[in-house]
Order: sequence, then structure tokens, then C-alpha cells
Amino acid sequence: MAVLSCSGLKRRFGDVPAVDDVSFTIAEGETYGLLGPNGAGKTTTISMVTGVLERDAGEVVVEGIAMSTRATAAKRLVGYVPQELALYPDLTGRENLRFFASLYGAGRKRVDHVLDVVGLAERADDLAREYSGGMKRRLNVAIGLLHEPRLLVLDEPTAGVDPQSRNQIIENVRALAAQGVAILYTTHYMEEAERLCDRVGIIDSGRLVAEGARRELVERLGERDRISLRLDGDLAHATSALGAMRDVQAVAAHGTGLELVVGDASECLPAVLSAISAAGNVVRSVEVTEPDLETVFLHLTGKALRE
Amino acid sequence: MRHALLIAARDLRERARDRTLHVLAIVLPLGLAGIFTLILGDISGDSPMFTFAVADSDGGVVATTFTGEVLERAAASGAIRLRTAASEQEARTLVGDGTATAAFLLPEGLTEAVRTGGAARIEVVGNVDAPTGTDIARSLAQAYADRLLAIRTAVAATVRSGVPTPPAELASAAAAALPQAAVVEDTTGRRQLDAKTQYAAGMAVFFLFFAVQPGVTGLLDERRDGTLARLLAAPVRRTSILAGKLLTGVVVGLVSTALLVVASSVLMGARWGHPAGVALLVVAGVLAATGAMAVVAAIARTSEQAGGWQAITAIVLGALGGAFFPVSQAGGVLDAISLVSPHRWFLRGLADLAGGDVAAVLPPVAVLSFFAALTGGLALLLFRKVVRP
Repeated sequence: MAVLSCSGLKRRFGDVPAVDDVSFTIAEGETYGLLGPNGAGKTTTISMVTGVLERDAGEVVVEGIAMSTRATAAKRLVGYVPQELALYPDLTGRENLRFFASLYGAGRKRVDHVLDVVGLAERADDLAREYSGGMKRRLNVAIGLLHEPRLLVLDEPTAGVDPQSRNQIIENVRALAAQGVAILYTTHYMEEAERLCDRVGIIDSGRLVAEGARRELVERLGERDRISLRLDGDLAHATSALGAMRDVQAVAAHGTGLELVVGDASECLPAVLSAISAAGNVVRSVEVTEPDLETVFLHLTGKALRE
Repeated sequence: MRHALLIAARDLRERARDRTLHVLAIVLPLGLAGIFTLILGDISGDSPMFTFAVADSDGGVVATTFTGEVLERAAASGAIRLRTAASEQEARTLVGDGTATAAFLLPEGLTEAVRTGGAARIEVVGNVDAPTGTDIARSLAQAYADRLLAIRTAVAATVRSGVPTPPAELASAAAAALPQAAVVEDTTGRRQLDAKTQYAAGMAVFFLFFAVQPGVTGLLDERRDGTLARLLAAPVRRTSILAGKLLTGVVVGLVSTALLVVASSVLMGARWGHPAGVALLVVAGVLAATGAMAVVAAIARTSEQAGGWQAITAIVLGALGGAFFPVSQAGGVLDAISLVSPHRWFLRGLADLAGGDVAAVLPPVAVLSFFAALTGGLALLLFRKVVRP
């Protein structure tokens, strides 16, 4: 059973449709990335999923509990990490966590545990306003984890974060997913989405324009992997041998190098290297380029993710 | 309700660390009330503020009557302090060096001039830095002069009408017939606060409106800081969030006013009245202040905008309601308008309590409670748009 099921979500602000008929599901332990340019409707979608914003139409169901009829019960299953730092700066890190823990009915042991998880135990009794930007981000994430949610919603949790804190947040998310928590994640960092997300949904102008695993999206768009080779020896033999391979769709020679277009580089690379060796060439370097989500995103929306 | 208490407890923990609030809710009102009492309190008769010197160069009945019947009686009532100068020069010196607020110079021949119908005058010398005291001295002298003129006119009219009674007897009779000037001790049984309590209460209710402000604008702060989204995503009813914020204002208001009542009583000698009556008034006043400030906050778009509007509202209501000076004594339209101010009803309740029993505060408490219910209900209605998903 899906942990989160969204169907036909709609929300307008005045005459402007911010989200228009968005549907998706997230399974237990799955990390789902919601990608889109600024103003595409990501935050509005997330706000409806968390119950912060009411829907004009559609339904949000968390573990079988509908937000429309049992909002309080559904919210107990959802952890929310908003895009903005949502902290009380004049309270300590521990006080921030204890306050939100009390709202969700979580105990003090859970607060201590979460402080350990996000690496803030040593600074727990300092005022939040004295934290570095990265520490504030980690505290922001920690609040969302307090009540052991079944669905964790993270709205750009690593925006403006130093690499160390970013890695810690990503590792936390991975660990949660491994424990079976369903994750809904938005980010501007494509490499982050590729590292973390099992599936992504691409949203543009309020509509979900594509959805699936990275490779599915790439294949759906006809994008292919590329292998760049630098060789010693006569390139004609290698070109001929590679051109005869079923998995190689195109070969182009330039200087001492060859450029191959293949279906799945990771699958056919051993065969390619064997063919080159058999042709009497020596491989000096290999570079594999897979079409990334940025390519897919650009193809689907006509915009870069950071626009 | 549990969530409302949790939200209020968190707010209060944060407010307790806010030194600005300490200054605004406790230090400033107490300090200002103390300063007002020092400057103005004695005018209200708590103790003599004005020292008047009198130099009697006449020694006649007119001069001694003025000194004995008018000035010494005023001094005996505690309204002024009287000091006798050996000469006009000494009296002028006393005024000049500030020892006396004003001096009465009773010139040689004063009695004779009155008796013969000549030009008689009582000279008042005032300190330029004490215009109020000088005005009071002038008024005392003028009142006595008017009284003498009335007697002289009565005697002259009687003599001319052919009545054979000697003028001296006629004068005595006329003097007896005139209303006697009297200074009445009126500190018990009157519905009026003494100066110290008036200023302490005025400042308390004035700054109460600022003390509750952070609580009721807390919702706008939460929206600005992003924490409102987090509260809305939590399994908390939206009405609990609103109730928690209003509760914060009420608790801060109650604590700061209670501290002010105790501190002003101990440090300034303010007499607030029966504790039960004061408690009723304070609770009703705090609820009214919270409601009024909440309405303003609910109309505003941002916390900063709300702060500005709330300050204006608090100052206007405070001035209208007599927090600084008794506007109601002006009468007329101003008096009628002042009835819309919770400050007016709070101070009136205290005054009624001073002149009656605890039950005397019930009408003002009822008005304040009605005001609180009206504004509180309106604020909840308006605030719904802030937390509406």
C-alpha cells in the first residue's frame, strides 16, 4: 500500500492555477523527488500534502487516512521540513525540539535521539540564533523527524547549506528511507535528486509533466549514454569492430578518440572494451556520460532547474 | 486546550527572555508613575507643595484677618505651608531664592484704606518658576479682596439708606452673612484616587496595552518566521493556535499588572483598594486590552505594521481614557468620547473602589468584560484568515 497517495490536486490563487490536477503516490521506503523551476507549484503541492494549505480539489491520503476527513490523524503521520528555516531563534535547540515534540506527543528520549542523529547533541543547549546556517538547517530537519513520521516531506532542505551539513542531511534521508519511511523531496540540486530519489516527478506550470525513475525518463525521451574513448593504434579497426556491435548505435572518430552512442553504458562497456582489445588497440582513457535529469528537465520544461 | 497551553507556554518562555518586554511592561510604567508622582503628586494635596510667605506691615484687622482666617486656615488644612516674613524685603528674598513659592505683601495702611474707602491693595509676589503656585496665591488674595469689597458695598448701601446702626456693626453683620470660605478634608468617602494611585494606575493600564502586544502579534511573527506553517502542519487545531496566542497576551498582561500593583504599593505608597476589587478590574482590563490589541493585529498585514498601529491605538485610547490626565473632567463631547476607552473604565473602577465596597467595581468590570468579549470575538474572526489553509 502506498504511504502517500495524492489524486487530482488543484489549487488556484485568484485566477492563477498554482497546481492543476497533480497525482502521484509514494511507496514505503521510496524517495520521490518533486522537481520543477521556481513557481512551478512544488511548494504549493507540498503545502497541500502536509495540510498547511487547503485543496480546491483532490485528495491526500496518508496510510489510508484522508486529509479531508481526518486531518489531525493524517498529520500525525507526516513530518514536515519547510523550505524556510522554521525555528524559534530565542529558544535553544533542545527547547525547539521539545516544543514540537510536545505537539506531536513525542517524549524527551526521542528529542535526545534526534539531536544525536542530526549531530547537534553537543550544542543542544545553545540558543538556535547562535547556530551556524548548516546547524540551523539540521535542526530544521530534526524537527520533522521527531515523531517518527511515516511520510517525511522535505522542501529544499539543503538550500544554502555547507557541504558537510548537506551530506549529513542526505545521509539522514537515506537512512530514513532504508527504515521504510516514505520521502517526498524537492531540491534545486539535480545531483542530489539523482543520488537520493528512486523516482522523480517533474512539475511545470502547476502540472506534473513527467514521472518515473531517471532511466525511464531518459529512455522515454530517447536520450542515450555516451562513451568517449582515447586509443592507441589504428582507429579504423576499432571503429569497424564497434560499429558491428548491436548495442552501439553510432561511432564517430576524431583525432585519437572515438565517440560512441549506446543504450546503457554500464551494460555494454565490458563488451566495448573487449572489442577494442581484439581490434589491437590500447585504451588510454574512458569517459562515460549518461543523460542526467538536467537534460530530461531541460527537454521537458525548456528551462534549467535553477531558473 | 492542551495545545493552546503548550503554545502559550512556549511563547512565554521566549517572552521571559525578551528584555524589551521587561522594560515596557514593568520598568517604564513604574518609573513614569514615580516621576509623575514626584512632579505633580503634591498638587493633589497629598502634602503641601507650596510655601507662601506673608509680610504684614499693616498689623490692622484687615491684614490679620487675611493672615489668620485665610492663610492659616489653608495651612492648617495641609494645602499650603505658611511662613511669616519680618519685612517685605525678606518676603521678596524668600521668593527670590526659591524658599517660598509666592509672598503676600500686606502694606502699611491697608486696614485704614479699606476702612476709609481708599485704594487698598494686597501685593502678591510670585516665583517665575512656579506659575501654578503663584496663581493659587493670587486667587487667595483676590478672593479675600472680593470678600472685603462685598462687605464694604453692603455697609455703604445700608448707611446711605439711613439705618442708624454703626458701620462697624454693619460690617460685622455683613461678614457673618457671607458664606464662609472653608477647606474641607475630603479624602475619605470620595470616589477619587489619590495622586500616587492615579498615576500608578494610569501608567499601569496605559502600558498594559503594550505588554499584551507581543502575545497577540505572535501569530504574525510566526507567519513571518515560517513557524506558522510548521504549526499548521502539526496535529493541532487552528483554534488552539489562536487561543494560545491570545492566552500569551493575557498572561503577560496579568503578570506585569500584578507586579506593578504590588511594586507601586510598596515603593510609591499607592492605594489601589480592596484586593478582590482590584483583581476583578485587572482581569477585566487585561482581557479588554488583549482583545483591542488583537483586533489591530488581525487587521494588519505584518507584525511591524501591527506594532505601529497598536502603539497609535494604545496612545489614543490611553489619552482619551485619562491615563495621563483626567479627560473626563473636561466634560462635554470629550467626556462622552472617553467612554469608549477601556482605560476610562479601569480608572473609574478603581476610583469607585476607593469610595465604595468591592461591589462598586462591578459596573466598570461589566463594561470592560463586554469590551473584551466584543473585541476578542472580532479578533478571532479576523485572525481566521491568517491561519486559514
